[in-house]
Amino acid sequence: MSDAVHGKHAAGGHAHGDSHGSLRSYLTGFILSVILTAIPFWLVMSGVLNSKIATELAITTLAVVQITVHMVYFLHMNTRSEDGWSIMALVFTLILVVIVLIGSLWIIYHLNANMMPGDMSQMP
Amino acid sequence: MAMTPTGGDATVEMPVFCLTEEHEHAAGGSTMLGFWIYLMSDCLLFAALFATYGVLGGSYAGGPAPKDLFELPLVAVNTSMLLLSSITYGFAMLATYKGRVGATQGWLIVTALFGLAFVGIELYEFTHMIHDGATPQRSAFLSAFFTLVGTHGLHVTVGLVWMVTLMLQVGQRGLIPENVRRLACLSLFWHFLDVIWIGVFTFVYLGGMLR
Repeated sequence: MSDAVHGKHAAGGHAHGDSHGSLRSYLTGFILSVILTAIPFWLVMSGVLNSKIATELAITTLAVVQITVHMVYFLHMNTRSEDGWSIMALVFTLILVVIVLIGSLWIIYHLNANMMPGDMSQMP
Repeated sequence: MAMTPTGGDATVEMPVFCLTEEHEHAAGGSTMLGFWIYLMSDCLLFAALFATYGVLGGSYAGGPAPKDLFELPLVAVNTSMLLLSSITYGFAMLATYKGRVGATQGWLIVTALFGLAFVGIELYEFTHMIHDGATPQRSAFLSAFFTLVGTHGLHVTVGLVWMVTLMLQVGQRGLIPENVRRLACLSLFWHFLDVIWIGVFTFVYLGGMLR
């Protein structure tokens, strides 16, 4: 048991070093990023979509895709790095980020609605 | 035959819940994971600032709105500076893993120049806004804007200081394992800042123009 653990660490001790990508992966990530950056700027600057909601949805989607591209090609995220602990920390963080963002926006939106000056006059 | 938990024979069957002896770790073996966890905590910091901006981003207090302040061509240039610095840092890491000191230093210098250009353009934008009266104390929107974008800019500035430090380290000691590890940490930090910037240009600048 003890030997197995030792052996695993000796072999896997530098496993993260192996996931450092190649010229090809960096260039792929870069080209994808340029495209995914150019499209949202073009959408907003030209106003092609005519609808604010549609443009907002489009640029949000493109941002999520680009963040994923950066995570994979530049930060070399995968399910294997550090025996899966990296992705575990990432998923946990993403859950917290979603709670913080959606929770704040949701709660404060309702607070704002209740704090409108017009409502003050109806208060006893 | 009833098993007695306290009996001498039962201890043989007891499962092992923990390793009683500490096994050896290679020096710095857990640094990358530790640094990754630091980045995740930094991610939470930015999430809080994004949430603040999301909440306050529409409170102009009769002051200037994003449409009056932001110049998208300038933001596009800034974005490309950071993106270019990301790919050149990637080239620096490829050179590092090949053990080429000269190429590593060269790409680090190029990366630092792109990073410097980014900070310079951002400071130009900030001074321009402040000169026009759009100061952080003007409205809740501007407070949130300067806090979020300023924190990101501060991170990039610290990254630049770190990069210069590592250039000196590599110059003095070469690509020893410690320096390779430090360069790998800065690589994560630098690419992470680019990821945060995706959120900034999408939700602050582009989203601001749509408000």
